[in-house]
Amino acid sequence: MSLNTASSPDISGVLKRSILTTVIAALLFLPTLGIKTSASGGVDGLFLTYRWMLFGSGCALIFVYRLAYELFFAPKDGEAKVAKTPSALFRTLGSPQMAKTVGPVLLAFAIVFPFLPFSDRYILDLGILIITYVMLGWGLQIVVGLAGLLDLGYVAFYAVGAYSYALLSIHFGFGFWVCLPLAGLLAATWGIILGFPVLRLRGDYLAIVTLAFGEIIRVVLLNWRSFTGGSNGLSDIPRPSFFGLPFNQSANGFAATFGLPYSSMQRIIFLYFLILALAVFTFFVTARLRRLPIGRAWEALREDEIACRSLGINTVNTKLSAFAIGAMFGGFAGSFFAAKQAFVSPESFNFMESATILAIVVLGGMSSQLGVVFSAIAMVGGVELLRQLQFLKVIFGNDFDPSQLRLLLFGLAMILMMLWRPRGLVSTRMPTVFLKDKKTVSATMISQGRG
Amino acid sequence: MSQPLLSVHQLTMRFGGLTAVDAVSFDVHRNHITAVIGPNGAGKTTAFNCITGFYKPTNGEIVLRHKDDKQFKLQEMEDFRISQTAKVARTFQNIRLFGGMTVLENLMIAQHNHLMKASAYTIGGIFNTPSYQRAQEAAKNKALAWMDRVGITDRADDPAASLPYGAQRKLEIARAMCTDPVLLCLDEPAAGLNPKESEELNALLRSIRDTNDVGILLIEHDMSVVMEISDHIIVLDYGRKISDGTATEVRKDPAVIKAYLGVVEE
Amino acid sequence: MNYFIQQFINGLTLGSIYGLIAIGYTMVYGIIGMINFAHGDVFMVGAFVSLITIIIFGITGTSNVVLGIGALILVAAISMVIAGVYGWTIERLAYRPLRGSFRLAPLITAIGVSIFLQNFVQATQGARVKPLNAIISGGFTILQGNDFVVRITYMQILIVVLTVILMSGFTYLISKTSLGRAQRACEQDMKMAMLLGIDVNTTISTTFVIGAALASVAGLMYLLYYGVIDFYIGFSAGIKAFTAAVLGGVGSLPGAMLGGMVIGLIEVFFAAYFSSEYKDVAAFSMLIVVLIFMPQGLLGRPEIEKV
Repeated sequence: MSLNTASSPDISGVLKRSILTTVIAALLFLPTLGIKTSASGGVDGLFLTYRWMLFGSGCALIFVYRLAYELFFAPKDGEAKVAKTPSALFRTLGSPQMAKTVGPVLLAFAIVFPFLPFSDRYILDLGILIITYVMLGWGLQIVVGLAGLLDLGYVAFYAVGAYSYALLSIHFGFGFWVCLPLAGLLAATWGIILGFPVLRLRGDYLAIVTLAFGEIIRVVLLNWRSFTGGSNGLSDIPRPSFFGLPFNQSANGFAATFGLPYSSMQRIIFLYFLILALAVFTFFVTARLRRLPIGRAWEALREDEIACRSLGINTVNTKLSAFAIGAMFGGFAGSFFAAKQAFVSPESFNFMESATILAIVVLGGMSSQLGVVFSAIAMVGGVELLRQLQFLKVIFGNDFDPSQLRLLLFGLAMILMMLWRPRGLVSTRMPTVFLKDKKTVSATMISQGRG
Repeated sequence: MSQPLLSVHQLTMRFGGLTAVDAVSFDVHRNHITAVIGPNGAGKTTAFNCITGFYKPTNGEIVLRHKDDKQFKLQEMEDFRISQTAKVARTFQNIRLFGGMTVLENLMIAQHNHLMKASAYTIGGIFNTPSYQRAQEAAKNKALAWMDRVGITDRADDPAASLPYGAQRKLEIARAMCTDPVLLCLDEPAAGLNPKESEELNALLRSIRDTNDVGILLIEHDMSVVMEISDHIIVLDYGRKISDGTATEVRKDPAVIKAYLGVVEE
Repeated sequence: MNYFIQQFINGLTLGSIYGLIAIGYTMVYGIIGMINFAHGDVFMVGAFVSLITIIIFGITGTSNVVLGIGALILVAAISMVIAGVYGWTIERLAYRPLRGSFRLAPLITAIGVSIFLQNFVQATQGARVKPLNAIISGGFTILQGNDFVVRITYMQILIVVLTVILMSGFTYLISKTSLGRAQRACEQDMKMAMLLGIDVNTTISTTFVIGAALASVAGLMYLLYYGVIDFYIGFSAGIKAFTAAVLGGVGSLPGAMLGGMVIGLIEVFFAAYFSSEYKDVAAFSMLIVVLIFMPQGLLGRPEIEKV
């Protein structure tokens, strides 16, 4: 970055462009930042508030930004835009050494996490949330990353798992460890059912159909009141116990049995280790599957479906197995969710969730399990962090709630991430079988699949 | 002459109003190299795609015979079954490798069906049973053998997309052979190869013909390859067969000269 | 029978709105092969801009019909301009840099833009629904049966007529002008179009702007017809409009309109005769059915895969 003074800067051009950008921004900001509609509560309907300060600052900000860009960052006339080579940081992120060392370190950190001094209820909940998304990310990674099938409705399997757990435990009284595999099985079955119609669809079409499926399931959950409780959902789901010992203050409770003073944190810590165990299980199974013929077939499917068929591979079964197994892990995660919350409702299973999980997979790097961990921490943890930024109240006024911005920033983050690193944080791929050396395959050679 | 490996009988393919292949019949024999040649648009690739299952023929019969007298009606079979059960392998005009996967991985995927059975449809694989481990070792060895044979062993762990063009073509052929086919179909295998690479290709195909007990069917424009190695040539023009015989016979056939080959200037 | 006719009229009206939105989807998919996920939210922005402009002009109070319609046309114009700017900006900032990048990136960005827009409007305008008193009310009765009276409202007539006018205008634009030719060239083979000197960037930008403008008119219609909007209407209308685009045949403008009509009718009939809670399911299922059984749509051309 340097001030473009090699040739005298074209001041009028820079100004012209900056002003033009500001004018465009003004048009965009006028009906949003500039003018606000509010309900008056009366018969007259809405009234307008003019927020010229906000509007003015927005436009000024854009002007300054564009000016700065023109002066410092824009390529000079005739200078070609150099392709970005991956910086050393990202090359290390994708290396096999990285996976070998950072993985175990992260796991060790995760294990001691609940016992660290700063881990209060809120932090622990955040940890549980992140690990849940990591698990969901690994599940979706099979479908999107390995098999190259664009699934925008993954939340449906999460929902099936959660509702299955809720219904099984409420109506049949099954314990967690019985409901868990059943929920996974049901989710896998739905994976196959949903997979069948979309087998021949490619790319964006597959994406939007899976999105439609996700929405259909949500609407059904919302309206089939007799079965799913409708918008009220299902509550009073039996809380998980420590292999039979309930987490309460009773004499045969967990605390009493182990001679510990009762604390509500005990249940949370147990839940934390539960999701951690589930996530680690997911990791090992998916890592193993990758090295097996089925995993290779998934990746071959992504690379070139026609070539697969020419080698005698039944791509229908391959696709369905990807959907089914990915769905199964989603179902497991859903069971955990239901057990933790003791309550499920359709609101938790909307398109935003599918988009979040997909963003985590794409941002992490389609083939990298470690990448998914990084991106889940960044996305979920990062956005959560922003909630804590109380200083924003200073800018926007005291009745401003940073959590309102959460989704806004999330959308912005998705855009910026794709503009900055479209192939994800770890964009390389590790071969699953090798003769002599395990060499990483660079992102440019990996196909993203047509379906 | 024993029963032909592949019998194409009155094969017809119509796309709407256009008849791309018109009642073409020919045989392909085991341990023979059969070439299909002809001008562009003659219907060679279309016929090829019918045989390998990527198009469904409008009419006609395509019969493949195994040594145990088992017969397969290819015109009724799905593309992947033609490879899986009838054991017909093919390569593509535009090379379809799994670019982001290594050479070795490409060759392992070719053995997918066999390995899937050995892994007890993944269950055995998850538990790493001894029989699965053996099967995987054997598959790796077969891949290695083919890499040695075509001369790309030094690139075993490199992504397929990083190979030079000639090596990619060889890899595609090796991959097809790893499926243990009885019929190997090659779509313009010499396209884009320089003379030295074409000679290597000739040697490879002859060696496959002589040692692997397969029939080879290929589409080609490069006459140096076709005339060198073909035991049997079929000439198509405007969807019809205009000649069928040995290289010498076809080269002299006036119909072929008129349509395609031309006369060498004295 | 009268009930059926009434629903038919209602369905056509809703279908016009969907059709206008669908045009944006179909044009963009035709030219750059991506689903503009954020398009539905541009429709939503158009509705909001229309609402604000209507309040500024104070049209709600007027009883002068000519003045009212004139003002509404002005509102539509302003809304089209601002929505057009939104469409242009989205393409320029979020999609153009990723053209030629790997396939999933534009999809994720588009989803990001959609989420951003929804929440931007929510954050700046408040999360509550925004009602509007009817501006054009009244209609006339066309059929009077013993069980049911069939009415067409002036609003409905206005919507359908305006849609027909816009449709014809833009179809003419596409088929007869150089812009249309450039668009079709880009659809067929973008690299070649570029080599032949066609300004691909401008063509694509214009496509986005036109689509956004039409969507904003749909937003105005939606506002006037239903009398209430919120920041979430883009999501649901977006999927349905996309379904309409696919049903009609991607890349075909008359197809988009036809598809819109069909989807509108399906939604209204399903709600009327079966269940209004599940009417969205009917529309979404339609998408799945169309893509499985008739992916080229009613007026599109089937694609043959080259091996």
